[in-house]
Amino acid sequence: MFDIALFMGDTDLILSQRLGEWCGHAPVLEEDLALANTALDLLGQARLWLSLAGELEGRGRSEDDLAFLSDAGEFRNLLLVEQPNGDYAQTMLRQYFFDTWHQLELARLGQAAGRVAEIAAKAATENAYHVRRSRDWVFQMGDGTEESHSRAQAAADRLWPYAGEMFHGDSGPLRAPWIEEVRATFAQATLEVPAATWAHRGGRDGIHTEALGHLLAEMQFLQRAYPGARW
Amino acid sequence: MSAVRDWPLWEVFIRSQHGVAHKHVGSLHAASAEAALCAARDVYTRRHEGVSIWVVPSAAITASSPGEREPLFEPANNKVYRHPGFFQVPPEVKNL
Amino acid sequence: MSVAFLAQFCTTIRKPPQAVPAVPAVPAVPAVPCYHGLMESASAASDAAFQARIEAGVKIEPKDAMPEAYRKTLIRQISQHAHSEIVGQLPEGNWISRAPTLQRKAILLAKVQDEAGHGLYLYCAAETLGVSRDQLIAELLSGKAKYSSIFNYPTLTWADIGAIGWLVDGAAIMNQIPLCRCSYGPYARAMVRICKEESFHQRQGFDILLALSRGSAAQKAMAQDALNRWWWPSLMMFGPPDEQSAHSAQSMAWKIKLISNDGLRQKFVDQTVPQAEYLGLRVPDPALKWNPERGHYDIGPIAWEEFNAVIRGQGPCNHERLAARRQAHEDGAWVREAALAYAAKHQKQDAVA
Repeated sequence: MFDIALFMGDTDLILSQRLGEWCGHAPVLEEDLALANTALDLLGQARLWLSLAGELEGRGRSEDDLAFLSDAGEFRNLLLVEQPNGDYAQTMLRQYFFDTWHQLELARLGQAAGRVAEIAAKAATENAYHVRRSRDWVFQMGDGTEESHSRAQAAADRLWPYAGEMFHGDSGPLRAPWIEEVRATFAQATLEVPAATWAHRGGRDGIHTEALGHLLAEMQFLQRAYPGARW
Repeated sequence: MSAVRDWPLWEVFIRSQHGVAHKHVGSLHAASAEAALCAARDVYTRRHEGVSIWVVPSAAITASSPGEREPLFEPANNKVYRHPGFFQVPPEVKNL
Repeated sequence: MSVAFLAQFCTTIRKPPQAVPAVPAVPAVPAVPCYHGLMESASAASDAAFQARIEAGVKIEPKDAMPEAYRKTLIRQISQHAHSEIVGQLPEGNWISRAPTLQRKAILLAKVQDEAGHGLYLYCAAETLGVSRDQLIAELLSGKAKYSSIFNYPTLTWADIGAIGWLVDGAAIMNQIPLCRCSYGPYARAMVRICKEESFHQRQGFDILLALSRGSAAQKAMAQDALNRWWWPSLMMFGPPDEQSAHSAQSMAWKIKLISNDGLRQKFVDQTVPQAEYLGLRVPDPALKWNPERGHYDIGPIAWEEFNAVIRGQGPCNHERLAARRQAHEDGAWVREAALAYAAKHQKQDAVA
C-alpha cells in the first residue's frame, strides 16, 4: 500500500510540476487556464497520495518531506511524466497516454480497501474530464493541419517507448484495454500507432532519466537551501 | 508574427442551481462548440459556480438595438398595473 | 434595475411621481456583446445626452450610442488592464516550480491561473467595443500597447511572491473595487467577477510574508529585502501625480476612472504601513511619517524618472516579458490553426440537412 501511494503520489506530482511550466506560455489564454486546472487537480491528488504514504510508512514524514527532501533515487514516478514538455503536441500526447492509463489504474485501485479506494475514487472523477480534454487535443492535432499532424505523430513516436512501464506488475491487465483505447483514438485522429515494442523501465524502481535530476533541483531548491525552515 | 485567424467568440451562460435560469457570465474564444463547453468549465466554473453550461456563438445572437427600446419596451412600461407593486394592499391582508 | 432606467422614458422627471408606488423595472434584454452590430455614432448634441446618462448612473451597454472618444478610451483602459494581467502571470509564474511547499505551490498556481482568467474576462469586455482580441494582442506584442509598469520588475526571491500579493494585488484591489461601479456595463461586470476572485490574492501574499517574518533571521532578511525593492514601484502603480495625468479629468467625468491617482496612492499608504509594522518590516522611506493634522501618512518623493524609464521600455524586465509573450504566441500559432482546421472539417461532416 505504501508503494502504491508513493508511486501514484510521485507520478501525479512530477506531471503536475511539468504542466505548471506552461503557466503564462500556453498557445492561447483558454489553454493556460485549462492546463493550470489539470496541474492543480494532479497536485491535489499527489498531496493526498503522499500524505497517505507518509502515514503508512510510519516514520513521521509529511507530504513535503517526501516531495522536497527525497533524492531522485527515492522517487517512484513513471518515466513518462518526467519527460520534458517539448511542444504542445508532446505535452498533450504525454497527457493523453497518461490520462488513459490513469483512468484504468484508478478504476483498479477503486477496488482496493480504505483510503486507497477513497483517493482513487476522487481522482477518477477529475481524471474523467482530463482524458476527455487530452483525447480532444489528439483529435485536433492529428486531424488538424499538416503541421499539427506531423508534430503529433513525432510526439507519439517519441513517447511510445515510455508507455510500456505503465503496465508492469499488477497493472499488467490494463495494457490490453489501454492499447484498444489508443488505437481507436489514433484511428480517428488519422495517426499511426507506433510499432516499437520495447519499453523503458526503471521509474518504479527509482532509476530515472537525466531529466528528473534537473526537475528536482529546481523544485527542491528552497527547502535544501534553508534546511528546517517553515514557509 | 504569423497572421492567424482568431478563434471565434462564444457567449457563456451558466445555471448555478436547479430551478434557476441560466445567466450570462461572459465570453471566451474556442474553435468549436465542444471546445467552448470545456473552456467554459475551465474558465467560469473554477469556484464550482455551475450546474449547467450553455455556449452560443456570439454571431448567432440577435439583440435589440438601443434605438428600438421605446417600441419594444414602452408599451409594458405604460401598463404599470401589471406589476404587483402598483396595488396598495392593506397591511392586514396576508398572503397577497 | 433602477429608477434611473425608467427615467430615460420620462423626459420631464427623474423620479416617478410620489402618488404612484415604486414600480419594479421591466427586466431589460440581457446585454449581449454583439460586436457585429453597427454602433450608433453620437453627434455632438447627443454627447450631452450621453453625459446625462452617465451622471444619472445609467450603465452604458455595448450597442448604446457613445462618443467615439469614450469608446476609444475604454478600449485603451480595459485592454491595458487585460495586458497587465497576462504579463503579470510571468513574474509570479517564475516561482511556481520552486514554491517551498506543496500547499504554497497549489495556492500560487491557482493565483496565477486567476490572473489568466482576469485577462480573459477583460479582453472579452474590450471586444464588446468593436475590437478583436487578436488586434489587442498584436498591439501588446508590437510594443505599442502599455501594461502596468510593476510587472517589469524581476522576482528574485520567494519573498518577492509575498510582496507582490500583498503590495501589488493590494494596490490593484484599491483600483478595482471602485471600477465595479464604472459606467460601462461589461467592464463593471468583469470587475465584479475579478474582485470576488481577488480577495484571496492579497491575503496569500501577506500570509507568505507573515510566515517569513516568524521564521529564521535569513527569512526575515529575505522579507525585508523584498519590501525594499517592491515598495516604491508599488506606489508608482497608481500613476503620475494628478496634475500630470493626461487622461484623468475626462475619464472621471465619464465614470471610467473613479478616484484620482494621488487619492488612491494615499489610501494605499495609509492602509499598508500598519500592515508592514505588524510584519516587523521597515518601509524603505526615511520621510514616511504620520501627519496628525492631515490624518494621513506623509511620504517622501517618488522617483518619477524611474517610472518614466520603465514605461519607455527601460525597466529591468521589459524585454524579457514581451519576448516571453511573443514566443508563446508564435509557438502557439500552429496549435490554434490546428483547432480551427479540425473544427472546419467536422462542421462540414456534422452539418444537419
